[in-house]
Amino acid sequence: MSRHFLLIRLADLLVVLFGVSVLVFLMIRFIPGDAVAIMLGANTEITPERIAELESRLGLDLPVLEQYARWLVGVFRGDLGTSIWTGRPVTQEIAASLWPTLQLTLMSVIVGAGLSVPLGAFMAQSRGKGTEVAVRIGAIAGLTIPSFWLGIVSILLVAKYLPGVSMLGYVPFSQDPLGNLQRMILPVFALSLPMLANLSRLVRSAMLDALSQDYIRTARAKGAGRRRIVYRHALRNALIPFVTSVGVSVGYLLGGAIVVEQVFAIPGLGRLILGAISERNYPLIQASILVVTATFVIVNFLVDLLYAWIDPRISQQ
Amino acid sequence: MTLKATLRQNRLLAFATALVVVQVGLALLVPVLGFKDPYLQVMAQRIRPPGAAHLLGTDQLGRDVLARIVYGYRTSLLTCGAAVALALVMGGSIGLIAAYYRGWADRLLMRAMDVLFAFPILLLAIGIIAVLGPSSLSAAYAIAVVYTPIFARLLRGPALVICESEYVQGARAIGASDARILFSHVLPNLISVILVQASILLSAAILVEASLSFLGLGARPPVPSLGLMLSEGRNFLLLSPWPAVFAGLAILFLSFGFNLLGDALRDTLDPRLRQGS
Repeated sequence: MSRHFLLIRLADLLVVLFGVSVLVFLMIRFIPGDAVAIMLGANTEITPERIAELESRLGLDLPVLEQYARWLVGVFRGDLGTSIWTGRPVTQEIAASLWPTLQLTLMSVIVGAGLSVPLGAFMAQSRGKGTEVAVRIGAIAGLTIPSFWLGIVSILLVAKYLPGVSMLGYVPFSQDPLGNLQRMILPVFALSLPMLANLSRLVRSAMLDALSQDYIRTARAKGAGRRRIVYRHALRNALIPFVTSVGVSVGYLLGGAIVVEQVFAIPGLGRLILGAISERNYPLIQASILVVTATFVIVNFLVDLLYAWIDPRISQQ
Repeated sequence: MTLKATLRQNRLLAFATALVVVQVGLALLVPVLGFKDPYLQVMAQRIRPPGAAHLLGTDQLGRDVLARIVYGYRTSLLTCGAAVALALVMGGSIGLIAAYYRGWADRLLMRAMDVLFAFPILLLAIGIIAVLGPSSLSAAYAIAVVYTPIFARLLRGPALVICESEYVQGARAIGASDARILFSHVLPNLISVILVQASILLSAAILVEASLSFLGLGARPPVPSLGLMLSEGRNFLLLSPWPAVFAGLAILFLSFGFNLLGDALRDTLDPRLRQGS
């Protein structure tokens, strides 16, 4: 990977992160009407003293640029603000809710991306009109099944046919590994299915594309076995577009996790954010969005680097 | 090829079109089709299973599930249709301007789009709703903002190619104005890309809107909404799974129809864009 490529991507990353930080910072300022009164309005009586107090606590009485500068310095120090109602640093509240979401997302990436490669490669073995239509309809159906509905239906089925199996809520892996994994099965299934549908179709078409290339004919001509051709020559090249799609899917999963957590009563970031919205705890909403988005941006940056490493042609362009 | 001949030849496209037309038709014509009142609560007939009086049963307040689903289609399509149209206008203009003027305008606009695109879709939508306050209208704005960078990116690429073409050069040479070139030369050539993407994004928007309503951030009760039916139905799941099950199937059919339509249209309108085989 050329240094030039790395520098350009790094500059892109910084610009995007800067833009994201500005938007997230401005969030409170975008609230129509008197933001501070709205924030107070959820839980207490509004008095001018309370408004002035919260205003200065949030730094809203300073010029905007100074507010941003202070906020940004705080972010770099790991200070994302304090929760309006509990007075605790929002980083603490986020840290407490982070693990369930992270585990759910990570397991869904592993299951969705992991199964899509063999599934896609398998589906590439069969061609013809019937297969094309079946693959297409199956993939689109998988992609458009609402994951929260899938979650609800699976809860219903398990409750009916496997009563006694606990599948709601969350227990930390360190406390009860089996209980943790058992409760993750349905959420991971619901969350990863659309990704699996999408990616396996992609792998299949990339495989078919790769199998029709000249280097496959060469490999076949020099007498390489079928297995070696499929896995060593075709699959490796087919994985190039796959890697980018996995990166993009992480964003989908982080969003989808919010909904799936709600279905399965998992105390993760989704519940934190939704709770914060209903009590208008804007510093907490701001910080959660910033943390999740920054994670997503950095993951995609790493995927870009990985992509350039797998396919050296990219960094030459 | 005429429309009729195309549909006859491409059965998948015909199937997708039929699926979409039936569902959109139901949503548009529901007031005159003689469905039951979706707001009418009959306490004596709560949580009934599907039967002759209520084809898809009743919900926890004794309302007809079929009527609520069909009116839910209306809510969903109105919200998502308006949102995707707004995103198309905003994102399309940005993509076209970026491609036509190039240079710093291009860089500035597309960088702004990169920033919006950097947020996970549902999270950005939730953030926007947190600012505007939960309602169907907020959900529509949120979806429009979230899909703007996608349209901008999707249209900028093909627009760049068209702007370089000889006929655009020619139009410029005879002194056509920028607006004339953009509207009567560039835009018409992007119609097929727009149709395909609008259909696929509408399919995705339907899922996003349902998710938002499910989370209590979109349509407010008692408005008939598919997402709300699911979240309300969830509380009565073991008593009566029907409202939740049917509402989910309705979301699936609606989203599936538009996605398949976009997919099939892509093959028909531009075989070069064809994915797979």
